[in-house]
Amino acid sequence: IFFFYSIHLLHTADNAGQFFSSGHTNNWAVLVCTSRFWFNYRHVANTLSVYRSVKRLGIPDSHIVLMLADDMACNHRNPKPATVFSHKNMELNVYGDDVEVDYRGYEVTVENFLRVLTGRLPPSTPRSKRLLSDDRSNILIYLTGHGGNGFLKFQDSEEISNVELADAFEQMWQKRRYNELLFIIDTCQGASMYERFYSPNLMALASSQVGEDSLSHQPDLAIGVHLMDRYTFYLLEFLEDIHPASKTNMNDLFKVCPKSQCVSTPGHRTDLFLRDPGSVLITDFFGSVRKVEITMETINLTDPIKQVEQRKYSYVDQLPVSEIIHQKPKQKDWHPPDGFILGLWTLILLVFFKLYGMKHLKHIF
Amino acid sequence: LALKLNVLKRGQLAALSIAAVVIIVGVPLWWRTTETYRAWLPVNQINELANLQLQLSADVEVVFARGTVTPEQQKKVPLTQTQDEEHTVDEDTALRYRYETKYRTATIMEEDALNQPTAAEADLSLHTLSESPCGSLVVYVIPESSTLLPEDVDVYIGQRRTALLRIGAQMRVGRTLEQLLAHLEPRIKQVLQVMSFSHTDITAALSDRVRLSPGNKESIADSMRAFKSSPGYEITFSLLNPDPKSHRVHWDIEGAVQTYIQPLLTKLAPLANFSIDSQTLYYAMLGVNPRYDSSRSAYTLNSDSLAHVINPVEARLGSNAASSNPVLNFLLYVPDAHHSPLHIHDHKKQEVLSNAFHSPRWGGIMVYNVNGFYGPEAVFPVDININMAKVMGVFLAQLRLLLGVQSSAPPPGFLVAPCSSTGLADWELDRLMWSRTVENVATATTTITSLAQLLDQIGNIVINDNIAQQVSSAVTSLQLAVAELEAGNLGFALQYSKEAILASERAFFDPSLLHLLYFPDDQKFAIYIPLFLPMCVPILLSLLKIVSEARQKRRERQAKKD
Repeated sequence: IFFFYSIHLLHTADNAGQFFSSGHTNNWAVLVCTSRFWFNYRHVANTLSVYRSVKRLGIPDSHIVLMLADDMACNHRNPKPATVFSHKNMELNVYGDDVEVDYRGYEVTVENFLRVLTGRLPPSTPRSKRLLSDDRSNILIYLTGHGGNGFLKFQDSEEISNVELADAFEQMWQKRRYNELLFIIDTCQGASMYERFYSPNLMALASSQVGEDSLSHQPDLAIGVHLMDRYTFYLLEFLEDIHPASKTNMNDLFKVCPKSQCVSTPGHRTDLFLRDPGSVLITDFFGSVRKVEITMETINLTDPIKQVEQRKYSYVDQLPVSEIIHQKPKQKDWHPPDGFILGLWTLILLVFFKLYGMKHLKHIF
Repeated sequence: LALKLNVLKRGQLAALSIAAVVIIVGVPLWWRTTETYRAWLPVNQINELANLQLQLSADVEVVFARGTVTPEQQKKVPLTQTQDEEHTVDEDTALRYRYETKYRTATIMEEDALNQPTAAEADLSLHTLSESPCGSLVVYVIPESSTLLPEDVDVYIGQRRTALLRIGAQMRVGRTLEQLLAHLEPRIKQVLQVMSFSHTDITAALSDRVRLSPGNKESIADSMRAFKSSPGYEITFSLLNPDPKSHRVHWDIEGAVQTYIQPLLTKLAPLANFSIDSQTLYYAMLGVNPRYDSSRSAYTLNSDSLAHVINPVEARLGSNAASSNPVLNFLLYVPDAHHSPLHIHDHKKQEVLSNAFHSPRWGGIMVYNVNGFYGPEAVFPVDININMAKVMGVFLAQLRLLLGVQSSAPPPGFLVAPCSSTGLADWELDRLMWSRTVENVATATTTITSLAQLLDQIGNIVINDNIAQQVSSAVTSLQLAVAELEAGNLGFALQYSKEAILASERAFFDPSLLHLLYFPDDQKFAIYIPLFLPMCVPILLSLLKIVSEARQKRRERQAKKD
C-alpha cells in the first residue's frame, strides 16, 4: 500500500522478535595465550582452536583481538613448520592460512591486556589492536596459560590478579563497553579468577575449581609436546558441531567436559548475568549473527548528477612531507649526566678522608 | 664515675637525636617521595553534575491566519504563554520541558503566502519570508474552509520548521480567546511531539545513564539501530561485482556522492564530521545461495538468509579508517549473470521494492539487477552504467535510519512533506540535535562521575596535569551545555555538549590512567620490612633502654627519699 506523500512504515512486528532475543548488534572476541616456550605449545593451540571456531561462526578478523605470547608455528623446534595441530593424529591444523595475530610475543603483557580491555591505548595504536566495542556488543574473552589461586601468569615474569581483572571489567561496564560478556578460562585453579567479579552481565566458565589442576590432553609423539588441554579439546569438539544458524544454548556449554573426561571439575558462574542461561544461544557469543531489517522506504532523487571536475592527484600533495621533515624534536626531560651520583659520592668520601685520615674508615663500615 | 655518666648521657643523647631525625626528617621525606602526584580535580562540581537536572526549552510561535480569530479575540493577541512539564526519570535524573508559546496574527505577506494553491508552495513562500532559528517552530492556524489541505488532513508538516494546522469551525471552538487556546493546546502539543522533542526520544537518549526497563518495542529497535553519538563517522560505498567476465560495471560514485549525499552531510555538519570513501570489489560472492523461484522466474533471497549474507562479505571489505570512528558500510551488489535477476523477499514472501536491507549499526546492502540492460545475444562483457539516482535514493534512506532520524508513523490526520533533495527536513535535524545533545550530556556526565569515583577509590593512580585540565574543561563545557539548553539555544548547546564529550573521553581514556599499582598488603610489608626494620630496631631498643633507665633512676630516688 502506498501513502502518496508520507513515508513508509517499518514492519516492526516481524523484526521485533529477533531484536529482543538478545540486545546485541555486534560481536567481539579477545583471545589470549599467556605462556611462552615450546613446552607450552598446548596453550597456543588452545587459543588458536577457539580463534578458528569463532571465525568459522562468523566473527571477522576486525572484531577479534588475538594475543599469542609465543610463536609455535615457526618455532625452531616445530617439526612441521607453519602448522599448529590440535589433535594427535595431526588431523586439524588450527593455524590455517589466514590467521591474524594482533599482539605477538613480548607484546602480550598484563599492561597491554588491560589496556585493550579498558580502551586506554596510546593514540597511535591501529584499529586492529583496539577493542572498539560499544554498549551493544557481546564480547567473548578467553584466557589460557598457567594460573594459580587468584592469579594468571603472563610470559613467565608477571601476573594478573583476579582483583585487577574484576576492576577492569567494572571499568568496561562504567563506560558501557559491552552488552554481555562471556569469560572462559582454561588454567589450573581457573575458578578463582572469576570469584571477584562484581559487574553486571558477566558469565564465566573455568576449566577447574580452586585447588584442582587443569590437565593436558594427549602428547603427540612426532611433535613431542602435549597438543591441547582437556577442557579446550572437548570445547573444540563441542563447537565443531555448532553452525551459524544453530540454536544450542549455554546450558549445553556448561556440560562440556564433565569430570570423567576432564579429571578436573569445570565451573561456571551465572549469578551476575541478567538473562537465563537457557535462553542464551552459543552463537550470541561465539558467532556473529547479524540482525537485518528490510529497507522499506526510499527517497526519490530527481536532480541530475553534478559533474565533478577531474583533479590530478599527486603523491606529494597527499603527504605533508615538508611538515614531517622539518618537525622540531620533542622536548625531553633533562637528566643529569650518567654517573653523576656516583661521582658525587666519590668526591664526598675523598674529602672526608682527606680531612680525617684513613683510620676513620671504620666509622663507616 | 662521672666519666661513665657522661658517656652514658652522650649515648642517650645520640640515640634520642637519631630517633628525632628519623621521625622529624625521615618520615615526612619518605612520605613525600613515595606519594603519587595527583593534580586537583573539581570534585564538588562533579558531584553536583551527578545529579542531572535538564531543562529543554522550545520556542513555539502560533500564527493565526485571517478567518480563525474573531475581532474581539484578536484584541487580546499578541500573547505569550509558558508551559512546564516535569518528569522524574530516576533518583538522579530529572527532566523539565518548557514550551514558550507566542500567539500572534498573520502579517499581510504571510496571508499572501497562505493563499497559494497547494500546501507545498505555501510552505516554500512562507520560508522565504522569515527563517526560524534552530530548535523553534512556527505553527500557522488556518480556517476550516481553507483549500490548502486535502479533506482528511488536518495538519501539514513542512520541510522547514513550519506546520499548517486546520482549526475547527468558530461555533465548535468557542468565542473567547481562552476557549480558543484551550481547544488548540492539545493539537499543538501533538504537533510538538512530532516536530520537536518527545519524552520517549529524550528518555531513549538517556539510556547510557539510566537503565530503563524496555518500554516501547519500536523505540528499543530504534535505539539499537542508530549509531551512538560520535564525533565522526566513516562512510564507505562498495560496489561488489562477482562476475567481471560478464558485467563491466561503471558507477559515477564521486558525482553521485557530491550531488546526493554531500548535501545531507553538510546539513549534519554540526553533529559530526563525516569522511567518505568508496571501493570496488571483484569476485566477492554473497555467501548465501539464492533459490530459483519458477513462478516469478527469478532468484530469491528470503529474509531469514539475509542475516548470513553480511559476515562473509565483511571479511573482504577492508577499511580505510585511520581513526576509531564507527564505520557505515553501503554495499551495492550486482548479481552475476547466472543468478540474475535476484530479488529480496520479506517475511510474507512479497518482493521488496527497494531490493535492499540494512543491519543496525553496520550499514546497508542493495541488490541491483542488470539483466534488463542487455539481451541474450549480447557480447560479454557488457558495459553497464548504474543509475546512481535510484541507488543513492535507497542508500540515503538507509543512512537516515542509521544516523538516528526517526521514522515513526505520524499520527492520523497528519501529512508530512516528502524529503527535500538534501534528504533531511529542518525539524528532523532539530529533533536529532535535541536527542544528540541530551545523549552527549548524559554520556559525558556518567564518564566524568565514574572517572572521579575511580580516581577516588584507587589511591595509587597518578593524576597528571593534562588529565585534570581535561576534566575541568569537560565540567565547564557540561555546565555551559546545560545552561544553553535551558535558554533554548540548541546550536550552542550541541556544540558545548560535543566539547564536553571530547574532553571527558580524552580524560577517561588517557593511557596514563592504567592502574597497575594494585599492591596487596602483604606485598607492601615485604617491600618495606627489609629496608626499615634493621634501622628501626636499634633505635627502638635504645629508646626502650632510656625509658627503663629513667624509671630505674626514679625508683632509686624514691628509695633514697624514703
